[in-house]
Formats: sequence, C-alpha cells, structure tokens
Amino acid sequence: MSNFREIFDQQDWGSIKSSIYAKTKRDVEHALATSERNLEDFKALISPAAAPYLEQMAVESRRLTLQRFGNNIQLFAPFYLSNECQNICTYCGFSLDNKIRRKTLNPKEIDGEIAALKKLGFQHILLVTGEANVTVGMPYFKKALKQIRPHFADISMEVQPLDQADYEELIPLGLNAVLVYQETYHQKDYKKHHPKGKKSNFYYRLDTPDRLGKAGIRKIGLGSLIGLEDWRVDSFYTGLHLDYLEKTYWQTKYTISFPRLRPFSGGLEPKVAMSDRELVQLICAYRLFNQEVELSLSTRETELFREHVMKLGITSMSAGSKTNPGGYAVEPQSLEQFEISDERLPSEIEELIKKQGYEAVWKDWDMSLEKY
Amino acid sequence: MLEIGNKTFESRLFTGTGKFKDMATMQASLESSGSELVTVALKRVDLKEAGDPIISHLNHDRINLLPNTSGVRNAKEAVFAAQLAREALETDWVKLEIHPDPKYLMPDPIETLKATEELAKLGFIVLPYIHADPVLCKLLEEAGTSAVMPLGSPIGSNKGLKTIDFLEIIIEQSKVPVVVDAGIGAPSDAAKAMEIGADAVLVNTAIAVSNNPVEMAIAFKMAVESGRMAYEAELAPTAAHAEASSPLTSFLDE
Repeated sequence: MSNFREIFDQQDWGSIKSSIYAKTKRDVEHALATSERNLEDFKALISPAAAPYLEQMAVESRRLTLQRFGNNIQLFAPFYLSNECQNICTYCGFSLDNKIRRKTLNPKEIDGEIAALKKLGFQHILLVTGEANVTVGMPYFKKALKQIRPHFADISMEVQPLDQADYEELIPLGLNAVLVYQETYHQKDYKKHHPKGKKSNFYYRLDTPDRLGKAGIRKIGLGSLIGLEDWRVDSFYTGLHLDYLEKTYWQTKYTISFPRLRPFSGGLEPKVAMSDRELVQLICAYRLFNQEVELSLSTRETELFREHVMKLGITSMSAGSKTNPGGYAVEPQSLEQFEISDERLPSEIEELIKKQGYEAVWKDWDMSLEKY
Repeated sequence: MLEIGNKTFESRLFTGTGKFKDMATMQASLESSGSELVTVALKRVDLKEAGDPIISHLNHDRINLLPNTSGVRNAKEAVFAAQLAREALETDWVKLEIHPDPKYLMPDPIETLKATEELAKLGFIVLPYIHADPVLCKLLEEAGTSAVMPLGSPIGSNKGLKTIDFLEIIIEQSKVPVVVDAGIGAPSDAAKAMEIGADAVLVNTAIAVSNNPVEMAIAFKMAVESGRMAYEAELAPTAAHAEASSPLTSFLDE
C-alpha cells in the first residue's frame, strides 16, 4: 500500500510557495464561483489575492457548514495525562530542555480528573501527553484507556506517533480519533524545530496518518503549527494531505486544527505571524475546499475571536481547557503547556453558543457502538 | 392511511432531529410538522442516564421514535446498535443507516441487506436507508424489511429528486411502503415525491437549517398532503405537444 510520502516527495516547497503567491483575482473569482473546488482553487483561496474577498468567502463557508453540520458546535476538553517529554521542540512548554516539574497522572489522579471533567459536563475528551516512551508508552496508554473509557462517549488522543500495531491494539479499547499535527511540512525547518528526540524523525511523523488509516481508526486530526513557517504553504500541504487521505482511507473522518503559536515560559516567538483576518481566511478556505471536514478551534484563541468565528465554518471547540496534567482537579496550579486565551467555563461557552443560535453538542458518539 | 409494520400513520411526513439550533426549536418544528415518526441518532442519546434532553423533547402522544444507527460501518455494528436502541428506547423500530463513507454518507447495500435479514428475524421493524436501487429493494423485501427508504440525492444535500427515474421503478415494483429519505431540499421536492407515488418522505436538514424551521415544517406538511392528494386524484397525463385538430387518420372516417 502507498504512503503520503510518495506524494510529498514529488512536491517542492519553493514552487508551491511561488504558485500560491502568483494567484490572481481571476483565480480567486473562479474558485469562488465553482462548486467543485480542487487543490488549485484551494491555493487561490489561501493566497494574498483572496484577501479582498473575505466577506464572500465567509458567507459561503457559513452556508456550506450549516448545510452539512447544522446549527451545532461540538464541545470537547483536553485531558492532559503527562508532561514528561524526551523531545526538544523549540516552541513547546513541555520541551525536554524546559525546566518545569514533570508529572504523569497515576490511576487515582486520573480518577480525580475524570470526576472533574464529568462534572463540567464533558462527554468527548482528548487525551494528551508529551513523548516519554518508557514511562508513558503503550502499557500506560492501555491502562489509562481502560480506566477512562467507561466514563466518556468519545475518546481522542494527541500523543506521540505510534506504530500501526499499537493503534490496532488501542482502537478496540475505545480509541476513536488520533490527532497528529505535522507542525510544519518544511522538512529543513522541521529538523531545526525538533533537534532531539524521536520526534525529529520527519518521515515517521508524516506517515502517521497512513498508519492510522491502515489500522482502521474512525477519525484522524491534521494540522500544522501556525507561526513556524509560511502558513499558506503549510496549509496547502495540509490540504494535500487531507485530499490524499480521504481518497485512500475513505471510511475515516477527518478534522483539522489551526493552532497559532502561543507564548509559554521561555518560548519561541512566531517566525511568521498570522493575523486574525488571515486565520478567518484560512478557516473559510478549508471549508470551501472541503465541505465535510471537521474544523476545530481551541481555547488558544481569544473570547471575542471565538465568538465570531464559530459561525464561519467551525464545527467543534474546546472549552475551559487546562493544558497541564491534573489541571482540572489534582494540581490546578501547575505549569501549563501553553497559555490559553479563553478561560471561560464550559457552561459559559455553552451559553455563548446558544446566544449565537447554535446548539452545543456534548455527545455525538456512544462507546457501546464500539463493540465490534 | 399509511401502514408500516404494526402502525398506521395519518401523516406521511417523517422527520429527523439533527441540526436544529436548540431543543425548543426542534420540538416546536416537529410538533407543527404533524409528523408521527421522528428519527433520532442513537449516538446522540445518552443511553446510560434517564432524562436525555432529545428524548424528553420528543415526549408527545403523536410522535413515535425511530432510532437510527448513524455512525455504524457494518451489519454487525448495526445489529448491535438496534438492540441497544430496543433496550434503551423500548421500540422495535429501527432506521438502518450503514454508511461506511463519512464524506457523502453513501449507504452500503451489502451490509444493509445482511443487517435487514438478521434484524427482521429478531423481530425488528426495519426501515433501511439505501440507494435508489430497484433490485436491492426487492432483495430487502425478501429479507423481511418493513419499508424501503431510497435516497433522492445525497443526505443533507438538499438537491432534490436526482434519482427520480429509479424511484419511479421502485415505487412501481414495491410491495412494501417506499419512503423517499434523503436530499429533499424544498417542499416542492416533497410534493413531487408524493405525486409519483411515494408512501412518505423523510425530511430533516431542509427544515432544521432553514431560517424559520417552524414555518418550513408547516410548508412541508402542506406539500406532502397536497402531493399525496394529487397522486390519489391521479394527475392528468402530460403530452409533449398539443393534439392535432386534424389527426393523420381522419381520412378513415371520410
């Protein structure tokens, strides 16, 4: 079976970049007018030439999203299990060289966090760890999933990339989705931002969605970290990756995130800044390119931004997030992976979603359907 | 009156519960639609705890629940989901939705046939969501289905009756009720489906995401009634051109 890397290796960052920047008004107008948009249209929509068409893009993005997803926004919470990490990543608060106290939740602490998350109303959770393969590897994941599964309707994971056989073991334990962001598709810069640890292996990470697809996961999350490199080029690669995966693993759902680099103690300043206006352009461009993909917005973004953007293409949001292990109940004061911007309680977010004319969806899966 | 399984229906408009902006709007729309059969995705319902908000908003004398298996990918999962629904919602009715393709939600005919066979044996009233495939409909009949639910166009697309030629064949051949299930975007689509002889239609997205779901529900109710009435009164045949005043054979009478 093929892998995305075969397509990736035929691409060239520089030529993609110049082709995006060469897009004209005509290209954008064509992309807006057509109903079946391809990767060239996507390029036009993320290009600087599309900036004057933002309102039109927003109108169409909202229309397509409403038609497909209805007046619904799904709510989920990240559930940090550990901040131990053997990787050095220049932009991350958990980086090995960052002197913070390390913590991995034990079963009793996991119980405490489960209770707190359930009290907040969450049914969909995202398990997060750093990469510490000895202490937080497969045995830990298996144990944690078994403990957590009975309490929630939908479990996703954002941990180190694993082998296909590992995913095949975790899926029957209730693992429904895996998010694995490439961070950047710029191979040379990737190396610069990940100088040490298993994560420095660019291709192993790039092949992860293929391994997940082959393992038969229900949903795969893609994205690039905005701020490391030119977001337009990285987003094009994300779109290309999505296009390939959808055609190859056609039984799998896909979700995209667009995390903008956030400050943390001792962290990296974004190399390429992205304005709010540009993020809206990107969200709408993804929607115009693909009506079915889920688009997820985290609490990295500000209250005001989230309020407005939820109507323009977003389908799921985190709320009241804690990005430190034990953050909800066990050790609320410990150091976070990154600073969040929207600190409101999930119940407040639900109110806000209602005010915008949407239904906050807490449950859209049932673990009991996973029996087979 | 329409009969499916052990129930009779005055309303031929079936509805769904997805995509509404809030439960109150859903409830008001479904009540004004006059619908007596409302489908609800099992995955959205809290099966563990009593008082699920969707179910409690459907608590109405007229409304019968039609749990659907949306999200399952094969017959095994579907049969399991139907059994869960039977236990949790106390109904033998199930709308069988097996779409392994999450992009266009295209129904899998092979797994659907397998699941129908098994569920019918287990005593379920099965309403399978399928392509507008006349042969599959006959096979489902033999497997013990209680109705067939062919699509008009892809689910949620609001594109109307793109499959009309095949729907007409299905309606002509079917011994079980035919419910046109997906893609109905406007009341005129619903009226058209009823005019060609569908026994009922199922409408969700077109009501739920309209600017005024309550009014839209009423519009669909009226369209379905009007289409059915036209079908029963028999539409006058259409002619491609006006009939000639001096027919070619008039010489025979001379």
